[in-house]
Amino acid sequence: MTEPTIFDLSSPGRTGVTFPKPDVPHFDLPDESLLRDDLPLPEVAEVDVVRHYMALSKYNYSVDGGFYPLGSCTMKYNPKINEDTCRLPGFLFTHPLQPIETVQGNLLLMYQMQEWLKEISGFAAVTLQPAAGAHGEFCGVLMMRAYHKARGDDKRIKMLIPDAAHGTNPASAGMLGMTVKVIPSDARGNVDLDALRAECDDTVVGMMLTNPNTLGLFDENIEEVVKLVRNCGGLMYGDGANLNALLGIVRPGDLGFDVMHFNLHKTFAVPHGGGGPGSGPVGVSERLADFLPAPLVGILEDGEEDIPPLYGFVTPKHSIGRMKSFHGHFGGGLVRAYTYIAMHGPDGLRDISNYAVLNANYLAARLRGTFKIPFDRICMHEFVMEGRVEGSDVRALDISKRLMDYNFHPPTNYFPLIVREALMIEPTETENKDTLDRFADALIKIAGEAKADPDLVKTAPHTTPFGRMDEVRAARELVLCCWLPEGYDSEQ
Amino acid sequence: MSNTPSNLQYAKSDEWFDPATGKVGISDYAQGQLSDIVFMEITVGVGDDIEAGQAIASVESVKAASDVMSPVSGKVVAINEDLANAPENINSDPYGEAWFIQIEGGDGSGMMDAAAYEKYCEERAH
Repeated sequence: MTEPTIFDLSSPGRTGVTFPKPDVPHFDLPDESLLRDDLPLPEVAEVDVVRHYMALSKYNYSVDGGFYPLGSCTMKYNPKINEDTCRLPGFLFTHPLQPIETVQGNLLLMYQMQEWLKEISGFAAVTLQPAAGAHGEFCGVLMMRAYHKARGDDKRIKMLIPDAAHGTNPASAGMLGMTVKVIPSDARGNVDLDALRAECDDTVVGMMLTNPNTLGLFDENIEEVVKLVRNCGGLMYGDGANLNALLGIVRPGDLGFDVMHFNLHKTFAVPHGGGGPGSGPVGVSERLADFLPAPLVGILEDGEEDIPPLYGFVTPKHSIGRMKSFHGHFGGGLVRAYTYIAMHGPDGLRDISNYAVLNANYLAARLRGTFKIPFDRICMHEFVMEGRVEGSDVRALDISKRLMDYNFHPPTNYFPLIVREALMIEPTETENKDTLDRFADALIKIAGEAKADPDLVKTAPHTTPFGRMDEVRAARELVLCCWLPEGYDSEQ
Repeated sequence: MSNTPSNLQYAKSDEWFDPATGKVGISDYAQGQLSDIVFMEITVGVGDDIEAGQAIASVESVKAASDVMSPVSGKVVAINEDLANAPENINSDPYGEAWFIQIEGGDGSGMMDAAAYEKYCEERAH
């Protein structure tokens, strides 16, 4: 079953839109070559376009369509009320360059969001600017560097990163020219304290730690880890990707972290997947507060009894500057996340984490007898198991593909790297027990198939519009286009 | 069962070193774990002095991206320029066509021999 491309549907002379006669004077282009008539733009009617993309959209699998246990991605259900609030005209029809007096409601929302994120995380100050998680990391590492520089300490070049870290952590440090030192995990899935101790010296910028880590485990020695890094003059960076396990229970700021990014699109129900939009605010401790990106939202004039304060923009004393044009992903991220936090309230937020952790532990308990779970102890919001079955040569990838036949989105594959044939499963709090049971049943059934009929699993999926993709060819042959621009050399 | 030639020395991080030629590559076990390799890049140049444990290349498969470390210290005297254009050779011929770099002055005596490496691989399989 294949869907033709929009180019295949083209027929010369067919039109989608008929333009009215121009009502502005004719103007000749100074350079005619700016207009090209050699581009093979498809000629289709509106109905052709709608049906084509409607057909393609039906191939899609989304969290509105089914269970999506993609580890470390927190693919929770996104309440539809968020869609109503972010489309309120007062939010939708404002421009970031409007005078602040005319957008006080928007600024109040941003100010409140900064305050809420401070309260949730235990940090002293928050910027809402970064566009997504990795951008937040980059922002955080910039501040760490600025902090050391401001103290005249130029020899700090080393960033400590556990082997369980998200790949974005070493990438963020590497982009700023730092040397990454990988710290191994110990047998219980914690940071190996001896290995950490050996790297702690006066060249350490800091440590980037995800807690709970990508094994879904809360580091049992977290206080000792923080102490070691702080004692050698380093700063603690927290990767907030797994914050969904901690809301209302643990505050990274209280643990001694200096900086952390939030993934509003994970923890606070902003739709994601397919590349965006993310939103990656960053919280910092007192020591880094002066280095935050500018501008932040602040109170310019205090209010009185019946007069609200005047909100506006303020610049921290040693700001690293702007991270993004304008003020972050306002409608797409901030308004939705604000709605979600407001709808839940403090007790509701704590429930989110309690149920996220309960769901993950329930799934782990159901699967423990069938699949090996290395570093097996009470997990947080996700867990990692080995996607292989004793006596069969099926791999994690095969099991994932077969799950699609049971109408589930596969878990994260082959990450973290420290687990063989890793399948990282994060059910989130929004799934009920029936769904978790159906998912566990499917995996247990697939384990049986892996032994009884391994080819069935190795050639899956069988029920999707397309079967097993050629991933090797997809990664090696990067030319997807049916039409190449003149002079393009595909051999280059 | 992986192929483990007896004339080579092996590192815990799954690289091999040939004491006779000074060539370095990754083991058959390592390529099997990585599965189909789609990209590779050598990150050192001829004439570089390198330390044991230093990253010399990165390898990307459909599963994962990993660094390849030099198992020995020494001077790089040759790199396999062709390998980047045919990374699939790492899967098909890990000890032949798919050598990564050649090192002068490397001492592999502290590394595992084939028997010890085979045992090490087997332990990790469980």
